[in-house]
Amino acid sequence: MATNKDDVWILGIHMTKFGKHPDLDTVDLAAEAAMAALADAQVSMKDMGVLAAGNLMGASGGIGQQLQKQVGQTGIPVYNVANACATGATALRTAIMAVKAGECAMGLAVGVEKLAGAGLLGGGGRPKADADTWTPKGRFGAVAPVDGRIGTETMPGVFAQIGMEYGHRYGGTSFELFARISEKNHSHSTLNPLAAYSKKMSLDEIMGDVMIAYPNTRPMCSANCDGAAAAVVVSSEKLATLDPDQRRRAVKVSASVLTTDPYEEACQVLPNVNTLTRNAARQAYEQAGVAPEDLDLVELHDCFATAELVHYDNLMLCKEGEAVPFFESRATWRDGSTPVNVSGGLQSKGHPIAATGIANIWEVCHHLRGEAGDRQIEGASVGMAHVIGLGSACGVHILEKAAA
Amino acid sequence: MSQIPLVDYLVLGDDPHLMAKECTSCGARFFDRRNACAACSGTEFTPVRVANEGEVRAFTIVAHAAPGIPVPFVASVIDCGGTSVRGNLVNIAPDPEHVRLGMKVRLTTVPVGADSAGTEAVGFGFEPLEGDN
Repeated sequence: MATNKDDVWILGIHMTKFGKHPDLDTVDLAAEAAMAALADAQVSMKDMGVLAAGNLMGASGGIGQQLQKQVGQTGIPVYNVANACATGATALRTAIMAVKAGECAMGLAVGVEKLAGAGLLGGGGRPKADADTWTPKGRFGAVAPVDGRIGTETMPGVFAQIGMEYGHRYGGTSFELFARISEKNHSHSTLNPLAAYSKKMSLDEIMGDVMIAYPNTRPMCSANCDGAAAAVVVSSEKLATLDPDQRRRAVKVSASVLTTDPYEEACQVLPNVNTLTRNAARQAYEQAGVAPEDLDLVELHDCFATAELVHYDNLMLCKEGEAVPFFESRATWRDGSTPVNVSGGLQSKGHPIAATGIANIWEVCHHLRGEAGDRQIEGASVGMAHVIGLGSACGVHILEKAAA
Repeated sequence: MSQIPLVDYLVLGDDPHLMAKECTSCGARFFDRRNACAACSGTEFTPVRVANEGEVRAFTIVAHAAPGIPVPFVASVIDCGGTSVRGNLVNIAPDPEHVRLGMKVRLTTVPVGADSAGTEAVGFGFEPLEGDN
């Protein structure tokens, strides 16, 4: 593996158990993840030159400073970031940029969310009452709430349409096909003790469960849960001065990319999650000097079963338009040619929003270090982690095993 | 009884239709009020009528929505002669046996309700063209 002085490495990383943590708040969870990532890296808060932190549901709360007050107020700059479901990846990338820019030798990125029992996201939690007198308001001059009257704003329905649109363009999709993607991820989750749900589900159970927004039933939707993840990043120059054991377990960040969606017809009508993902993937492959067929595992943003399908194509894991036959070939099962979401994915591992973009990096690192236990992808040396935050932001990271 | 459109890009009357703001430099179309064009950053727009008939490009049948929103309903993206429009499919059974990708639909109006002054708000949806359901 080629290395150079500009490379940045993951030195330590951790994710908490995802699920319900009624007795822990965001600070507890963020602190647990941060302390464990520092311990994994065999460093301390005193070594950190920057802290980037995200907590989407409490984006104005300054989670970075709250965390410092619990684990170490060293006076370093804190960047509190919010970028929808790409918040964790954005925090990580912020720390990577600071190290890459030479502002510091080590940085800490943390993402945390309390989302257990949150219910439907996107449409707002409380009933929106119609006004007493119709008065046009907002950028569409609407006299009443439009969610449900002009399409849907809730996430399961938005992403359902994204999968259906792919089916309209290329054919081959069906309710059953999307359910089979979910069946794969729920099957993978049985090997992940940190997943919020680790129960195998049959195709009949998945298709027969509560319909949320056709064709997504409840187990085909990401699981709202609590959790946190944190990562310590380090420069090549600094890494060279550390102990052999730290160097051996360090994982190279071969590509770190963040994109937004460029304008295209329809993108303001139905979010286009395709082009920005394709653009991010293309940049990442180029940065890393890696091709899709080199990837030993991929953690991609399966916020809904309908989303996973389109990202096979967007990340160029298959030929354009061939996501359906690619999935049907069993390529994305853990024993296939390109294992996807061996963690169980967002549908079963869970999706504590701001933690997700670091937790998927943790999953990939775990395999590259050969520490993934029962679900280890044997001989994994290159992996990819992808997230999409609707609006939109796409984070793609390519990670490689240390040389020695 | 006086009427008011649910959104300002819906024109009521004898010939209900949607209006978009078209960028005079690049032709990109938008439904919200604009500061500049998202495609080319141009700042001049001209109002254009959107075709009433179109084809269903994507849909979902929403069974669980935010509190207070009646379900099920069919949310959809319709390609109206090259301009994509978000809207519900109406006057059709909300199940996958009746709603199909690629089906031909046309704009229709949908009553929303009257306010305390008796003004009726009117929204829009898309219904199947005859012979295409």
